[in-house]
Amino acid sequence: MNHILVAENVSKKFGEHAALSNISLEIPENCIYGLLGPNGAGKTTLIRIINQITYPDTGGVMFDGQPLAPEHIATIGYLPEERGLYKSMKVGEQALYLAQLKGLSKAEAKKRLKYWFERLEIGDWWNKKIQELSKGMAQKIQFIVTVLHEPKLLIFDEPFSGFDPINANKIKDEILELKKNGTSIIFSTHRMESVEELCEYIALLHQSEKILDGKLSDIKKAYKNNVFRVGLNVNKDGEQVLAQIKSQFDISTHQYYKDENQLDFSLKLPSPDTAIALNMLTKNGTINHFEEVIPSANDIFIQTVNSKTK
Amino acid sequence: MNKLKLIIRREYLAKVRNKSFVIMTFLSPILMVGMIVLIAFLTKVNDSEKRIITVLNESDYFSNSFNPTESISYIDFRDLTLEQAKDSTVSMGNYGLLYIPMEKSLEATANSTFLYTKESPVSTILERLETIFQNRLRQGRLQELGVSAKDFADIDEEFEINTSTFDGQQNIKGINEIKAVIGGGFGYLIMMFIIIYGGFVMRSVIEEKTSRIIEVIISSVKPFQLMLGKIIGTSLAGITQFAIWIFSASLLLFVAMLLLDIDLNTLSANPMMEQNTMVNMAALPEPADNDMQQYAEELFKIPWALLLGSFIIYFILGYLIYSSIYAAIGAAVDNETDTQQFIFPIILPLMLAIYVGFFSVFSNPHGPIAVGFSLFPLTSPIVMLMRLPGGIGESGVPLWQFLTSILFLIVTFLGIVWLAAKIYRVGILMYGKKPTYRELFKWLKY
Repeated sequence: MNHILVAENVSKKFGEHAALSNISLEIPENCIYGLLGPNGAGKTTLIRIINQITYPDTGGVMFDGQPLAPEHIATIGYLPEERGLYKSMKVGEQALYLAQLKGLSKAEAKKRLKYWFERLEIGDWWNKKIQELSKGMAQKIQFIVTVLHEPKLLIFDEPFSGFDPINANKIKDEILELKKNGTSIIFSTHRMESVEELCEYIALLHQSEKILDGKLSDIKKAYKNNVFRVGLNVNKDGEQVLAQIKSQFDISTHQYYKDENQLDFSLKLPSPDTAIALNMLTKNGTINHFEEVIPSANDIFIQTVNSKTK
Repeated sequence: MNKLKLIIRREYLAKVRNKSFVIMTFLSPILMVGMIVLIAFLTKVNDSEKRIITVLNESDYFSNSFNPTESISYIDFRDLTLEQAKDSTVSMGNYGLLYIPMEKSLEATANSTFLYTKESPVSTILERLETIFQNRLRQGRLQELGVSAKDFADIDEEFEINTSTFDGQQNIKGINEIKAVIGGGFGYLIMMFIIIYGGFVMRSVIEEKTSRIIEVIISSVKPFQLMLGKIIGTSLAGITQFAIWIFSASLLLFVAMLLLDIDLNTLSANPMMEQNTMVNMAALPEPADNDMQQYAEELFKIPWALLLGSFIIYFILGYLIYSSIYAAIGAAVDNETDTQQFIFPIILPLMLAIYVGFFSVFSNPHGPIAVGFSLFPLTSPIVMLMRLPGGIGESGVPLWQFLTSILFLIVTFLGIVWLAAKIYRVGILMYGKKPTYRELFKWLKY
């Protein structure tokens, strides 16, 4: 598998404060890579290093198989969390300026801007000033400016902030579309539901260290702890059944609906083998559902970070 | 390089299109010319106002002493009592009444003389009258010692020493001051430019921080490029503004002079009024008419090409040094109110240069203080320019001093820009509290 970006032992200190300690990451080509972590974990510093805004003290970054160099700037697009536009500059002029700074010719930039303005329904705002725009509109323009030069690697830091749900969805679709067209995407956010939805890979930073990384589905598998959510329609007294199960297995939460003879509970098994448990359960009634609990990205995030907090 | 050009272009256009910039550019010459015309007009009005002193002279010691001057004229009263004279003076609306009673001696007469005015008299009149009495008293005493009136007139002759340089050029008085004022004018221009446009650079940096566009930009260009582009773009806008000012102000002034028929000579009494109030403090000796030719020659001898050339060098280097400091300050803070504490230390050397320059260069253009300040890089752009009208070489600034000061300036420029760029690079991405000097120092090591 090719990697768009490989970081090797990257460290960065600000005075006495370590922002990144020995971070190594491999970001595969053409995937959406979630860069997660609590505030102050070092995500922004890492992103700034990739954008060559700051430089690592030690360690190195390879971009598309080469050491990261100034000419790569034109092939990276970055939407920072702290973003904005010149308030008193006209929308079109501003977008052209930012596109030209990324190395596009004026004519090419204009052509692509027209296309994107239509695509995101921005319409005739070309000659308006940013201060006349709504926040969502300004964010759209910001998004366009980020992707306009068709970078190989896109870095989005909280891309959905400032959007209403409809426009957030639109932007999400655009991100998926970009991925489909071959772009690699680094995605940094605190909104775990969008991580769940978008990311194939994640890395979790905490207190300047990487504490977890890999394919999201693999991580989830690794974080499974044989907990099952069970619904059982009992054929005798529920309390009795519950006591019987409790004597053999761990049960965390349970609910007994007496009228319907329905018993719902979470079951923790000592191993992934479910045969014994199922066998026992079927004797006591009919199983409505028996479902393995897969930890959400949110659970993994909280669990891992809490376990590592010193 | 291409990116730098883009940045310069944007900064230039952003500045030039700014409404307040446009208004300032076109309003300032009008205001300035209006002020000059007003001053000229007021001077004219002021000059034409004569104060009239009535003199009730009962003695004969002072019969020929009161000759009218530009600002005072005298009316003699005769055969009136003091009370009548007072009443008539008031009813005629004259400024005051000088009463000289008849006494036995000149001294006694002078001692019992009174000046009556409505309010306490203005100093010019008092001085003038006192001078008349002093002269008369001196004459009287000398006469007692046997000096005739004619001899007395001879004694009073003023004397001026003839001066010359060793190679035989005749020196004229005040030329050093005039030269320093000319150089000072250039120096002052540099200072104004630094303060105004350095401030623009700073505000522009702060704007990028507060609008949060900064990180978007520096993911495309190097912070140093952005800083440099900003400084150059803003100063080009400034030069445009200055050019418009100079052109339109001179045009307007010319038109105003024609229309109002104000003689330019009226203005020559306040030659620097439009530029600098500080220059006014150092009053120029009024050149006598027969010396005019010589002054013109001396002015002609000022090495204008050298002066202009070094003005450009000192301007560029000085401006770059200061505006990169301004940019660093802008990067270090979040809003303009926080800048005060950092701006004062920058303005200090500039003010020092102007004041020290005017005091020390005036009295001695090549004295130790003048030399020291013209070598010190933060003041040299201003002070050296004040010394340069004397030329470079034997009678002027020694060549080594000129070259050393430029060398110092270049070294400082490189050092300061390097430091400022470091602070800028870190500062633009820092939000929140205002940094202390210690924190700024720490940033240098990031």
